[in-house]
Amino acid sequence: MTESTKTLTFAAIVCVTCSLLLSGTAAGLKSLQEANKAFDVKRNIVKAFGYGFDINGEGKKVKWKRPQFEETYTKHVSEEKAGELPIYTWTDDGSDKPSKYAFPISGKGLWSTLYGYLSLNADLETIAGISFYDHKETPGLGAEIEKDWFLSQFAGKRLYADGASTEFVVAKPGYAQGDSAVDGISGATLTGKGVEALIRKDAAAYANYFKSIKGN
Amino acid sequence: MASAAKKLLMDPFSDNNPVTIQVLGICSALAVTVKVDTAIVMTLALTAVVTLSNFVISLLRNVIPSGIRMIVEMAVIATLVIIADQLLQAFLFDISKQLSVFVGLIITNCIVMGRAEAFALQNPPKESLLDGLGNGLGYGIVLIAVASIREILGFGKWFGMSLPFGENFMGNGLALLAPGAFIILGLLIWAQRTITKHVEE
Repeated sequence: MTESTKTLTFAAIVCVTCSLLLSGTAAGLKSLQEANKAFDVKRNIVKAFGYGFDINGEGKKVKWKRPQFEETYTKHVSEEKAGELPIYTWTDDGSDKPSKYAFPISGKGLWSTLYGYLSLNADLETIAGISFYDHKETPGLGAEIEKDWFLSQFAGKRLYADGASTEFVVAKPGYAQGDSAVDGISGATLTGKGVEALIRKDAAAYANYFKSIKGN
Repeated sequence: MASAAKKLLMDPFSDNNPVTIQVLGICSALAVTVKVDTAIVMTLALTAVVTLSNFVISLLRNVIPSGIRMIVEMAVIATLVIIADQLLQAFLFDISKQLSVFVGLIITNCIVMGRAEAFALQNPPKESLLDGLGNGLGYGIVLIAVASIREILGFGKWFGMSLPFGENFMGNGLALLAPGAFIILGLLIWAQRTITKHVEE
């Protein structure tokens, strides 16, 4: 064999071995990884309903175990469609009417797209809770959007008034005024502006749906 | 032999530390050291990769054609890193979310390539394995030291546990940012070189 055929053969062997190893691992772990992602999304829907970080208003954190979580999820949450858009409802024990409505929110932050869920109370006007499950904001600054101190501010704020979405504001820290505003994050003005914009955008997209079910 | 093996394993902890003496792997040492738990998982991932890559490359050292030496090294390292990343996504999902791109970036960590080039290509598999293990853990010890300082200063916690600082503790925001990590790492390098009397030639 000449030097170059040797090199080529060696390269081919390395390539085939590596790709077999990789596709083997990927295929073998795929179901576990997808289960993890689905669990994470569901966990954040429940968190958006206000049952994630402070379940009874006692200030206690809940760490969900998966089987117990799945049970709660199937019992209380159902996935529906608002025209083309997905909507999630939460039904309390012993009730047949949903008490909370959640919808996905997403939009541009500073470095990346933010993904999350926002939920409304039964009055269809005030926010019950919010969560973010995927973002690439700066840890310690923009990444604070997934922290409880920031998220817990949203509960009870007004998202719709008189059938139209309000001008929701993420204000300069300490300057939130009125019932449609929350304090932003010091050092993360642009992430805050992103959150403000995506809440306004998605609230507007769902305005007609909530208006239509309000009469019932 | 026993003392030679010990030297291979222990040298990277202090006298020949990949971070504080060779100043390699700085990027990830800044990026994943906001909290101790992410630093530990990063340490385990990098140690596994550098140990195995050293071992595999050392096994192949006599058959790798010189013309494609580096590409073969990269292929071995990249394969190991992707497998490590896949395993984290399957079994430690929450932590893999926090580490995000940095597991993938182990591929470009100079320590892994550096040990392959500088050690594994000239030494038998057993020694290479020990050298990889030592260097991975030597990197990890610095990572965990930086992460401890940052988590304590920034959050008033260590390993997620609250420390008895009282209600009035204000986290230092600088410690949580990359520049703060840079300063802490610089101070560590200074302290370590003062103790070991290492001088750059």
